[in-house]
Amino acid sequence: MDKKTLLKLQITATKIRKNIVEQVFSANSGHPGGSLSSAEVFTALYFNEMNIDPTNPKKSDRDRFVLSKGHCAPGLYAALAERGYFPVSDLKGFRDINSYLQGHPSMKDVPGVDMSTGSLGQGISAAVGMAISGKLYNEDYRVYSLLGDGELEEGQVWEAMMSAAHYKLDNLMAFVDNNGLQIDGKISDVMNPDNIESKFKAFNWNVIVLEDGNDMAAVIETFEQAKACKGKPTMVILHTIKGKGVSYMEDDYGWHGKAPNQEERDLAIKELDEKLVELEGAQHG
Amino acid sequence: MAKKIATRQAYGDALAEFGIDKNIVVLDADLSKSTKTDNFKQVYPERFVNMGIAEANMMSVAAGIATTGKTVFASTFAIFAAGRACEQVRNSICYPKLNVKIGATHAGISVGEDGASHQMIEDIANMKTIPNMTVISPADAVETRAAVKAAIDYNGPVYLRLGRLGVPVIFDKDTYTFEWGKGVMLSDGTDVTLIATGLMVHLAMEAAELLKEEGISARVINIHTIKPIDKDIIIKACKDTGAIVTAEEHNVVNGLGSSVTDVTSQYYPIPVKMVGVEDKFGKSGKPELLLEEYGLTAINIADKAKQAIAMKK
Repeated sequence: MDKKTLLKLQITATKIRKNIVEQVFSANSGHPGGSLSSAEVFTALYFNEMNIDPTNPKKSDRDRFVLSKGHCAPGLYAALAERGYFPVSDLKGFRDINSYLQGHPSMKDVPGVDMSTGSLGQGISAAVGMAISGKLYNEDYRVYSLLGDGELEEGQVWEAMMSAAHYKLDNLMAFVDNNGLQIDGKISDVMNPDNIESKFKAFNWNVIVLEDGNDMAAVIETFEQAKACKGKPTMVILHTIKGKGVSYMEDDYGWHGKAPNQEERDLAIKELDEKLVELEGAQHG
Repeated sequence: MAKKIATRQAYGDALAEFGIDKNIVVLDADLSKSTKTDNFKQVYPERFVNMGIAEANMMSVAAGIATTGKTVFASTFAIFAAGRACEQVRNSICYPKLNVKIGATHAGISVGEDGASHQMIEDIANMKTIPNMTVISPADAVETRAAVKAAIDYNGPVYLRLGRLGVPVIFDKDTYTFEWGKGVMLSDGTDVTLIATGLMVHLAMEAAELLKEEGISARVINIHTIKPIDKDIIIKACKDTGAIVTAEEHNVVNGLGSSVTDVTSQYYPIPVKMVGVEDKFGKSGKPELLLEEYGLTAINIADKAKQAIAMKK
């Protein structure tokens, strides 16, 4: 991909990160860590890959995205707002009683949300359902889903893996945000799904591993690889850094579901603004 | 003696009949021969999807298919549909109010020999308490067919409670009409009202005959839609007869009986007695013998009716 496009996407990802921080700060609750680690995949999906139309969010032949790790709603909402589904200024209402931006994605409330999620393990199954429907009715749309690595501890995920492979859902592509942390600590300490690459392969999925899941160009490349694989669903394991882009949040499980205070918010925004200046400079350089 | 047909049988037949609608997709969890969704599969294999022994996944998959504009029937035994997969039904199906119909067969203790592990007596409770859910419990084969059609015509989640055991056909296929959310008065009376659902309906009719022999006039009401409950028909029964007996093949805790007392206690308090499973697990045995042992009989309904009448002020 050309450098200009890449820079543009990186700028968008940085704006999404800023809006993640702003939402969680405004709400004084929410999940910044896993939202920040997923900014590249949100950007790649909504700004480069998916066949969607923000002016017609329900168009029937659209590609679908299911945020199986629904607690990372701030990341999804930031992407949807940047993409034009609703005003960016609405994001400050996140989790407020007078806002439509529910704490976890609600398809009945938020334009562009394809499935209500939040209870872990259920979103990937719903994505399987969308992909099955596409196959049954010969529709060309593709279905995408994002899981957390902690989420893989839910048994339902593996029921979904089994069924997607059984029905050869090559119209389904999923990502695991493999940042290695969950609420109570490292997943290797809390409950280790261990060697997930071989597990997905054993379930007969096409598996792609990205050593740097925050590398935008690398994320973008996985889509063509997935489309090229026929007869199997594709799983991309993204090795990411939880809290990516905000220095003091990076790789600290304490920031899974905690809001920054004013000082912390200011620091985060300052860092992300500096990143924006750097990227915009490179764009014009 | 009326012809006996299990409501699960009528369900499978109805799916095969109404399955001509290309928008309908049917899912099952490796029980299609028992839930009778196999009848649909035989006619429309291209729209039947077996999800294997993975009910939690099946419910969320059903939700995902429904988001693409399809009418989805997801079937398994009631114990798995409303028990194991209860939270998937809540969060994946009911919260977004998706167009999924849960065809739950083998409800109640009349499952028989399989025993308590498979005898679901809490499903009405679990399902009716979820916002956006509709709970339908047909009394016979004719009503089941009509309920399946009504469920197809309704856009939203429906729980269809169906049985394994053959039950008498009490309605006439040619004249029966199913009214969503409406109770059906089967016979009028002045001393007491017997309100029943599912296979207890024909037993309530028998109970009314027993009471008649003793000079007691009993009204009989069939409640096929447990949620939303028909308030009007219950309030009218309170006013007209002053006493009620409810009858259901379900735990007396949070079933039809409590839906009825939710209405009576708030709008027109009168004595209500309940016939149902007395908050205990079922067990193995022949269905008819189990119904008798658990008090799900016409005689017990009649006895409770006399008790309710005696409690009138």
